[in-house]
Amino acid sequence: MKGLLDQQFENGGVIITKVDDLLNWSRLSSLFPMTFGLACCAIEFMSTGSTVYDMDRFGMVPRATPRQSDVMIVSGTVTFKMADRIKQLYEQMAEPRYVISMGSCSNCGGPYWQHGYHVVKGVDRIVPVDVYVPGCPPRPEALIGGILKLHEKIRNESRMKPTALENLIDRNG
Amino acid sequence: MIAMDNARLIELVRSVAGTAEEVKNTTPLSLSIDASALILVCEQLHKNPETYFDMLTCVTGVDNGPEANTMEVIYQLYSIPFNHSLMLKVILPRENPEIESVTSIWKSADWLEREVFDMFGIVFKNHPDLRRILMPADWNGYPLRKDYKHEETYRGIKID
Repeated sequence: MKGLLDQQFENGGVIITKVDDLLNWSRLSSLFPMTFGLACCAIEFMSTGSTVYDMDRFGMVPRATPRQSDVMIVSGTVTFKMADRIKQLYEQMAEPRYVISMGSCSNCGGPYWQHGYHVVKGVDRIVPVDVYVPGCPPRPEALIGGILKLHEKIRNESRMKPTALENLIDRNG
Repeated sequence: MIAMDNARLIELVRSVAGTAEEVKNTTPLSLSIDASALILVCEQLHKNPETYFDMLTCVTGVDNGPEANTMEVIYQLYSIPFNHSLMLKVILPRENPEIESVTSIWKSADWLEREVFDMFGIVFKNHPDLRRILMPADWNGYPLRKDYKHEETYRGIKID
């Protein structure tokens, strides 16, 4: 018995598609997250990688260095002491790079929003964030939801109109 | 070996420190002593074969606020062979609070005292490495003081 691809493409072996679609598809199908956790959200992040939730089915394999990573999942409380390090890690990642802010703390300071003198009230004050995942901490399903949202965003990107350029045009408006 | 009872413990501390006021209704026994007697008392409690407090479990700082104008340092002592505990309290003035470090007696005092220094700004004299342990090195102010006000920004990031 032949597989689905063989049945569909046996004549000619040629697929016609747009460069955008091909690049976006390959990009979103192998988003390597950086091995990086800050607080209890990191436990849920680890669960997401476990056999039950199986992050690998999205082609996501945690990398131990920012140089090989495509997405940074900020999982936990961002303290001022950590802020510089996060910024540096983000800058070390190669373009295109994405950031998922996971959980209340990194979204807006979470339970530390009022009296947390040591907590950055949202990681978006340091690095640009693509997807916010609510929860305290979010369950692995919620994080996977965030990852799928990021897939959606990447799917609609275009080489003709890079986001950085778009932002620049918007700013000079 | 039988552990010392509270009455004998108070007697021993009084014989070294001169005065030791018992803080009422605490578990374990809590004694308030003079800052100048701290090292002598601790040395005695550490090496005396009848007390043998071989473990310093915790050092805590307390800010009683500008009204009371005092600060406290509290030492939690524990003896593993006797299974008994003692709490030592030292009251300090709120301006330039200074106290002798007990790192020469218990090594665990190193990080514990650094934390108290970091949060309250209490200076431990003769500490081998007195610098901040939790907050960044260039942080201004001592966060757990009652009158602490954080700054507007830290390295260009808004604090709120």
